[in-house]
Amino acid sequence: MRKRFPALGPVLVVVAVILAIWYVAVIPMNAKWEYDQAARAGQELPFGEMVARTMAQDRPVLPAPHQVVIGVYEQTVGCDAVGRRMCRETTPLTLQGFGERIAASFTSNRSLIYHAGITLSATLLGFLIGTGGGILLAIGIVYNRAADASVMPWAIASQTIPIIALAPMIIVVLNSIGISGLIPKAIIAAYLSFFPVVVGMVKGLRAPDAMQLDLMKTYSAPGRDIFAKLRLPMSMPYLFASLKIGIAAALVGTIVGELPVQQGGLGVRLLSGSYYGQTIQIWAALLVAAILAAGLVGIVGLIERRVLKRMGMAA
Amino acid sequence: MAMTDATTARAEGASAAVIEAKGLNLTFETNDGPVHALKDVDLTIRKGEFVSFIGPSGCGKTTFLRTIADLESPTGGTLSVNGMTPEEARKARAYGYVFQAAGLYPWRTIEANVRLPLEIMGYSRQDQSARVREVLELVELSGFEKKFPWQLSGGMQQRASIARALAFDADILLMDEPFGALDEIVRDRLNEELLKLWARTHKTIGFVTHSIPEAVYLSTKIVVMSPRPGRITDVIESTLPAERPLDIRDSPEFIAIAHRVREGLRAGYEDNV
Repeated sequence: MRKRFPALGPVLVVVAVILAIWYVAVIPMNAKWEYDQAARAGQELPFGEMVARTMAQDRPVLPAPHQVVIGVYEQTVGCDAVGRRMCRETTPLTLQGFGERIAASFTSNRSLIYHAGITLSATLLGFLIGTGGGILLAIGIVYNRAADASVMPWAIASQTIPIIALAPMIIVVLNSIGISGLIPKAIIAAYLSFFPVVVGMVKGLRAPDAMQLDLMKTYSAPGRDIFAKLRLPMSMPYLFASLKIGIAAALVGTIVGELPVQQGGLGVRLLSGSYYGQTIQIWAALLVAAILAAGLVGIVGLIERRVLKRMGMAA
Repeated sequence: MAMTDATTARAEGASAAVIEAKGLNLTFETNDGPVHALKDVDLTIRKGEFVSFIGPSGCGKTTFLRTIADLESPTGGTLSVNGMTPEEARKARAYGYVFQAAGLYPWRTIEANVRLPLEIMGYSRQDQSARVREVLELVELSGFEKKFPWQLSGGMQQRASIARALAFDADILLMDEPFGALDEIVRDRLNEELLKLWARTHKTIGFVTHSIPEAVYLSTKIVVMSPRPGRITDVIESTLPAERPLDIRDSPEFIAIAHRVREGLRAGYEDNV
């Protein structure tokens, strides 16, 4: 049998190298503040002491990795997230206590789990809209010459506008016609995720070569059979490659869409963190966003492997 | 011509024309001017014949086969397939077509690949299964139903693609260099099997090839073609017996026919120089 994680060794080495570089970078980034403090107090600051202090600042320029991890803990099941009472009455070290804290975390607006949930729901809705729209658009482009010539340039142009400039306008426009909350964020997410799906699906639906189309012609196959039995299955590997890009793009779009709305979500945590100089909060939100993105891409990858394996296309 | 007259007479007496080309022309317009892929092609193929088309690249042999299949449209002359126009014949699903590459769908098992035309043509589920079993047996692929194409060798894939062309009730089988990409040993074996298959199914076969031995071994009629413009230079009725073991290729009769094919090819070549 094949080893389950053949690349585990190299992966761990890369992670260790990244962490090492990160820790080393923390020292010069945060050193100035420590030296200033020491000078103000008229004290000598030995190097070892300085290094230790750069790792434990409240508002570091660059937080150390363990500070970010502790930040994530505090803002998920720690006291910051669940509130003082629950913090006193439960402990995350027992299964029951951990469960109670997670449950509390889902509804606490100081919790990253709560905010990640808000972001996730808009991301998934936007991804569904974007994927559905992207596939329909791709079918239109492949089957209709006019659509090919008229839609594709707009699709490309749409992606050249920075989403950060467009997002507030989408929200304002939708708000003025009474649409607010989840939908505007999902639309921004869809706006970013439809494009890779269009490009991938167009390529995939056009993947059958002349011989395969000729074969269908010798059967006098109707158009729907050529689509369902040749073009669509052939496009699956292309579709999944696009979906992986699309779902990550949807997450980015949602976070950007959350910035101007200020109604919860990881984007709000990022922005409020930067307002108040809470760098650890920013980094904690970033880490959760990254974990969320990795998880979503991973799930798409898992579905891809299942589907392609059933189709005999992945060994 | 003595050796051809007897067989021609026998064939004419026995069966009717299935494919009939009269003054067939096909000109492709290209950037470098018109290319005469087919010029004044006259040919009659009768029911149950095994007809090979042989000639160098660009002689129009594949184009002629594709024209019969209505994958190309002639620019002049008439062509009838089963008494219909090629388009009507295609829509009536009169022929099965085997391409040079097997072209099996990688996401379908061998069984599902053979089932493909049956699904499209609306055969009942029960009928589909029976036919798939039957043709896979015919090409000696029983036991490989659940395999995916990449799990099979090139020769087996091509056999599956032949099964796919045989699965429905077309009495014409058009094959465009089906064994061209296979090695000599596999090719010999498939040639032998193809002859058996032809004997059992009584199909009319049109077969494009580059190989003189292959054409002579398989055919009842060999059509020699030459390029620029693509045209027929010789039609040879084979005098070989229906029963053909592989070592018939060493017989004087076989060598004589092969010689005449080679002469035909050379004549076509010399015309151009």
